Amino acid sequence: MTMESKIVIQVNNVNVWYGPAQALKDVSLKVPAKKITAIIGPSGCGKSTFLRCFNRMNELVPTARTEGEVLYHGQNIYANEVNPVEVRRRIGMVFQKPNPFPKSIHENVAWAARINHLQSNGRWKNTELEQLVETSLRKAALWDEVKDKLHQSGLSLSGGQQQRLCIARAIAIEPEIILMDEPASALDPIASLKIEELMRELSKNYTIIVVTHNMQQAARVSDYTAFFTLDEADRAGILVEHGPSNQIFTNPRDERTEGYVTGRFG
Amino acid sequence: MSLNVPLKDRAFERQLEIRTRKGKIFELAALLAVLTGMVVLLALLIDVTVDGLTWLRPGLFTEFPSRFPDQAGLRSALQGTLWMIVLTAILAFPLGVGAAIYLEEYGQENRLARFIEINIANLAGVPSIIYGLLGLGLFVRGLELGRSVLAGSLTMALLVLPIIIVASREAIRAVPRSIRLAAFALGATQWQAIRYHVLPYAMPGVLTGTILAMSRAIGETAPLITIGALTYIAFDLRGPLDIFTVLPIQIFNWISLPQEEFHGLAAAGIMILLVVLLGMNSLAIVLRLRLQQRW
Repeated sequence: MTMESKIVIQVNNVNVWYGPAQALKDVSLKVPAKKITAIIGPSGCGKSTFLRCFNRMNELVPTARTEGEVLYHGQNIYANEVNPVEVRRRIGMVFQKPNPFPKSIHENVAWAARINHLQSNGRWKNTELEQLVETSLRKAALWDEVKDKLHQSGLSLSGGQQQRLCIARAIAIEPEIILMDEPASALDPIASLKIEELMRELSKNYTIIVVTHNMQQAARVSDYTAFFTLDEADRAGILVEHGPSNQIFTNPRDERTEGYVTGRFG
Repeated sequence: MSLNVPLKDRAFERQLEIRTRKGKIFELAALLAVLTGMVVLLALLIDVTVDGLTWLRPGLFTEFPSRFPDQAGLRSALQGTLWMIVLTAILAFPLGVGAAIYLEEYGQENRLARFIEINIANLAGVPSIIYGLLGLGLFVRGLELGRSVLAGSLTMALLVLPIIIVASREAIRAVPRSIRLAAFALGATQWQAIRYHVLPYAMPGVLTGTILAMSRAIGETAPLITIGALTYIAFDLRGPLDIFTVLPIQIFNWISLPQEEFHGLAAAGIMILLVVLLGMNSLAIVLRLRLQQRW
């Protein structure tokens, strides 16, 4: 695979277990900076588990165990001295179902910046926070729709707006990478298309890794695609093939990939 | 009218009629069950009002108990109840909420946690007089607090603790996991996720449970009699170490006197107690309806 852009995060031989069941087997992948990498594959093949390896969210599942390394700018985020809180502040996440806090739109965006003390002296001035909220909402293409009701609850917005609010909330702490777990699957087609446009726009400044069930979406929006499937033998998720999206969708090397992207299974 | 015409099957219709009638009978039985409770409560309210209305006078609130019915009032009992409720809430609320947070957010799914859970459920079912005996041994004698309102409140706090823990756990569990995940994904520590999200969103439920626990405590008599809460107090309660009495004890005391007038006073006391209880329960319902977060 040719890589014209820099690698920001690199996964080496990652294995994940939930209790005795292996969910991911020996996955290695390089993620190029400021590109969109899509993760596709049939249900239950470990796509979401893989995504959560990038910000150590799997650790919140009591039975989960992760082996292998995830190198972020060359540092293993699973090293003993690394605090997961610091990982998550640099590698943000947007979930499948919009999950804004039941607080004001302003507070949804401002909260993470405040608790992470992102100012040099650890304190935000109100004007700076307002500026941050506006910038983040503009980047998430939501500002024009909410600028007059910043103090209404985030839950008063429509589903698509809520998801963009969650994106604004994630970028307010200026992460380098944004993980998206089927961000449009709970939305109607128009709201879904807006999220796709937003992802294209955001990829100018951020590295995006997105799990999707929707192959058209993956083909439309992503630069690179990784295809996962279940290993026949032990039902663990494996990475079958990874490459530029147009190659994966038009000329896959593996017949399992071809079967999936042409709709023969999955 | 032949049997072959659809929707006119005699045998089936007869069966259907029986089925419908069975349904009606069951509905009637259920209605009766509902009315029994209502009627009894209404009868109690009417009976108490008839007996007590004439005794409901300002002196009831301002006078100490007396052997002359005309001069007797609930002053010390009201003070005792108020002191006890406030102290009990101060003691039981942080302990109950803290225990609930630990069990829901920090406690791992291990055998110890399950053991604690079962015990809390059991504690909620322990007869209140047992708590009274515990309070007598532990607080009155052991800590030498005497028969003070503080000893009573500590006992009451133990009694209502399981109620607060159970209610708080339910409220905390009702906060969806996705909210915690959202906070963690934004770089929050576990404490920050709890402090800024889980606890605030659970608070209406926690407060509702606490108020209901307090209204249970207001009505409790047995444990306070056990620790020796006096019935005749003719001075103001000035501090947590003073001896005290509470509304239900004073009411019980008046009822056990032979004079008819004291029974009227007791009825008036019951009216006050009921108003306080209904008021607190209404407040709990309002809190639940108004503030509870819907997900």
